[in-house]
Amino acid sequence: MGVEGIGARVVRKEDKRFITGKGRYVDDIKLTGMTHAHFIRSPHAHAKVKKIDSSAALKMPGVVAVLTGQQLVDDKVGNLICGWAITSKDGSPMKMGAWPAMAPETVRFVGQAVAVVIADSKNLARDAAEAVVVDYEELPAVADMQAAIKAGAPQLHPEAPGNQVYDWVIGDEGATDAAFAKAANVVKLDVTNNRLAPNAMEPRAAIADYDAAEEHFTLYTTSQNPHVARLVLSAFYNIAPEHKLRVIAPDVGGGFGSKIFIYPEEMVALWASKKVGRPVKWTGDRTEAFLTDAHGRDHVTHAEMAFDANNKITGLKVKTYANFGAYMSLFSSSVPTYLYATLLSGQYNIPAIHAEVIGVYTNTTPVDAYRGAGRPEASYLIERLMETAARQLKVDPAQLRRTNFITQFPHQTPVIMAYDTGDFNASLDAAMKAIDYAGFAARKAQAKSQGKLRGIGVSCYIEACGIAPSKAVGSLGAGVGLWESAEVRVNPVGTIEILTGSHSHGQGHETTFCQLVADRLGVPISQVSIVHGDTDKVQFGMGTYGSRSAAVGLTAILKAMEKMESKAKKIAAHALEASEADIVIENGEFKVTGTDKAIAFPMVALAAYTAHNLPEGMEPGLKESAFYDPTNFTFPAGAYICELEVDPGTGKTSFVNFVAADDFGRLINPMIVEGQVHGGLAQGIGQALLEHAIYDANGQPVTASFMDYSMPRADDLPSFNLSHTTTLCPGNPLGIKGCGEAGAIGASAAVINAITDAIGKNDLEMPATPDRVWRTIHAA
Amino acid sequence: MYQTTYHRASSVDEAASLFGKSSEAKFLAGGQTLLPVMKQRLAGPSDVIDLSKIKDMIGVEAAGDTLTIKAATPHYDVATSDAAKKAIPALAYLASLIGDPAVRYRGTIGGSIANNDPAADYPAALLALGATVKTNKRSIPAEDFFQGLFTTALEDGEIITAVSFPVPAKAGYAKMRHPASRFALTAVFVAQTKSGEIRVAATGASQSGVMRVGAIEAALKANWSPSAIDSVSIPASGLLSDIHGTSEYRANLVKVMAQRAVAAAG
Ligand SMILES: Cc1cc2nc3c(=O)[nH]c(=O)nc-3n(C[C@H](O)[C@H](O)[C@H](O)COP(=O)(O)OP(=O)(O)OC[C@H]3O[C@@H](n4cnc5c(N)ncnc54)[C@H](O)[C@@H]3O)c2cc1C
Repeated sequence: MGVEGIGARVVRKEDKRFITGKGRYVDDIKLTGMTHAHFIRSPHAHAKVKKIDSSAALKMPGVVAVLTGQQLVDDKVGNLICGWAITSKDGSPMKMGAWPAMAPETVRFVGQAVAVVIADSKNLARDAAEAVVVDYEELPAVADMQAAIKAGAPQLHPEAPGNQVYDWVIGDEGATDAAFAKAANVVKLDVTNNRLAPNAMEPRAAIADYDAAEEHFTLYTTSQNPHVARLVLSAFYNIAPEHKLRVIAPDVGGGFGSKIFIYPEEMVALWASKKVGRPVKWTGDRTEAFLTDAHGRDHVTHAEMAFDANNKITGLKVKTYANFGAYMSLFSSSVPTYLYATLLSGQYNIPAIHAEVIGVYTNTTPVDAYRGAGRPEASYLIERLMETAARQLKVDPAQLRRTNFITQFPHQTPVIMAYDTGDFNASLDAAMKAIDYAGFAARKAQAKSQGKLRGIGVSCYIEACGIAPSKAVGSLGAGVGLWESAEVRVNPVGTIEILTGSHSHGQGHETTFCQLVADRLGVPISQVSIVHGDTDKVQFGMGTYGSRSAAVGLTAILKAMEKMESKAKKIAAHALEASEADIVIENGEFKVTGTDKAIAFPMVALAAYTAHNLPEGMEPGLKESAFYDPTNFTFPAGAYICELEVDPGTGKTSFVNFVAADDFGRLINPMIVEGQVHGGLAQGIGQALLEHAIYDANGQPVTASFMDYSMPRADDLPSFNLSHTTTLCPGNPLGIKGCGEAGAIGASAAVINAITDAIGKNDLEMPATPDRVWRTIHAA
Repeated sequence: MYQTTYHRASSVDEAASLFGKSSEAKFLAGGQTLLPVMKQRLAGPSDVIDLSKIKDMIGVEAAGDTLTIKAATPHYDVATSDAAKKAIPALAYLASLIGDPAVRYRGTIGGSIANNDPAADYPAALLALGATVKTNKRSIPAEDFFQGLFTTALEDGEIITAVSFPVPAKAGYAKMRHPASRFALTAVFVAQTKSGEIRVAATGASQSGVMRVGAIEAALKANWSPSAIDSVSIPASGLLSDIHGTSEYRANLVKVMAQRAVAAAG
């Protein structure tokens, strides 16, 4: 592997600039003549916009323009789109209400923009915004999903009667009913998957710069996928054709899914920049992040699992209501369907599954993919069900899982996914050993003597990553292909630039991607740089989400590297007067195997560019590109076990131990992988114990600041005990499965299973706040 | 933030006179409450008069049976003060639990009690220890100083200069942190004065701010031990109820925190 190759714990190259405050984020960019945008947002969850009077604001100092939703309509700027078409069980397409970037007529959630003030400074724009008078006529609002689907509920969109977006099904209902009819035992569970606010450290921001002479736009934006942003902005929003729009996503401070989507603010900034003839900058503040970044999760589910007399699962029935908020965000429709219900088989052999998912509009912030996107909801449901079943059937929860583990691969589940490989017993073994599962009963008794309630909880998750085979997702309704591209540019002096369509916003690509190159060529990673996040530099790419960057993005780089190496070997063979087949690459040299004849890689590069002596017919230069479309999803899986204590006086949970045994396939940089797991676990534990985006009955957000919304902090978390059990992914040449979301997917169930074990009551919703746990302990 | 004029006062008198000269002035200490409110444009003072650099307003001193904390002393200084740790360890401990490190480095005792947030920590200590609030005009017993949610006996332009605490025989503090803000979801300060009086104050619990808890005081008077509180019943009515804690839960916390505070006091 070499000191900087695959498997090495290389310190992150990018951290030098991040740790020394030299990162270059959108808000750090200042353009000549730049104006500042401040959005005027609805204070109401549902209202008609009757009149917007900006006359006083326009007279204020430094004000350049006040633009409204009606002007967007007049200029024929397109509405926001949802890029994954879902078909209801009755064959009808999903029912979508129009989402204009600023509301000309009706606002449907608190924080929806109705107008924007453009001024010389941020403060002047804000001053003027206070002078804009918006006349609203309040309408009845509905924030709760169950209330929204009742007859007589306030209606959000005329296109979606009953506030229903779709009623979608998957699996074989007949086979599932038959399994339940014959079941020895049926286990039932109702669970809520709480709504979360993503809270990337860097709020969203955009700078739009229109060049009238060239009729060309440049957009700097906080995006996880700048090319997708350009595609959508050009193809659907009528902003500019692709060759007249450059999208740059520079350093981006975290995304967790929330920066995949195209939001109203960047659209408005582009359009406004052309209108006012100056660059327009918008930087969201934390309140705007709470109000407008797409939220995550928010499911209510009833599930039933059928078992035979040997505790083997024979069937699973699931009915889920998914809250979409007030509008369908870019990929929202796919999250509770193809990213959720296709994982309902978990790690288990379940012969028959039937799931129904009802998508619902409410007067709340739109909901879309958030770290894990659908898979945490599936995993939480299945792992809560398994724990509930173990309690009901009076068997050890680890044993019940083993009884039902899939052990033969490939395994076709009844819900589309075909698992390629895995060893679920191995990860469970590793986790049980790490936590001394066998010794738990003694520890519990010991804790009891000290007045503490101790519990242990298992969670065996599986997820589908590396999205995804384009043909497969296309057949399921996706509007895009999910391949990745790469280009390897070798400079004449032998340094290497890797252009990738993946986007790093905290993942460490600038290090891991270099490690692949170092591994193959034996050159130091300092000789390699990663270029990403700019549509003018990288031809096209699908971006980073769904733990796809290594499995898909890095494989594309590998493919391009192979092409480059093949040409370089020809040049080396020619120079060394050897046969191409005898050339091997070692420590930065191209060697004739079995001899001491060698040529250093920079000399090969130079030869390619001087072109003085190339093999007959060969083009000069050393640059290759590749597009890689995966053949299947990848299936990271693992076992998490959490041991904790509950203080019966306060209901407060304290961790004793948290072990995670993951199978991510091959690890490129174990240190970075551990960091990804730590962050994911923090989010999973945050969801289980702390985080909850709450609205009151009128749709007013109750948790729109960090004083009310509980983000996990270091002292809320245990010291994690990580390990890996590895089965290589057969679907890609590097054997990579992906690691970015696992922690967030697997952790929540382990925590809730442990708390409910500790308190001896199974009925407990997330977040398990001290108040909620205390009331559950003391409930009659 | 709205436009404002910043003044750095070098003495209490200068601060008072600057206040008199401006139309809508606000004193600034650690800024941990005032600045967020100004950034959100919920306050727009014409002038901000910074007290935090006034030398006479910073420091912790023990003299005889009194511990004096000057008003602009940051929480961190109190938490780490040898004088405070020796005289009233429960008070130093309380300061160490306020917010997070950034808040403790900037936030001050004067700002905290002037603001009188119903979930702030210091008010419980002032009330339980029978402290006296010193201002540039007078001395106010804690009992009279706190007058309900965000309301105090301070007059317009009056400056808190120090708080003096009689050193108790025993004292203890126990806090259940609000999971998001780290203020008190409910916290209880218990004290036994040198003359044998027992005083118990709870913060974060009542809809009308920091409060004495008579029932617990009576139980502890009969028997200074955590178990003495077992049979006390705290009514939930009049207690705060929100997404982080129902009033029933807070009523329970008043008891549980009081028991833990007594255990900590020894
Ligand atoms: C994230 C966060 C967490 C926090 N957690 C806690 C917690 O756990 N417990 C807790 O008790 N508090 C907490 N606080 C509040 C913190 O303790 C503040 O320090 C306190 O509320 C205000 O003190 P300050 O010195 O910052 O005052 P400032 O914000 O500067 O001023 C607050 C008010 O007091 C007035 N004022 C200030 N000093 C004087 C004076 N000497 N005389 C007269 N008026 C004065 C000001 O004019 C202003 O109206 C938290 C704050 C934050 C931001």
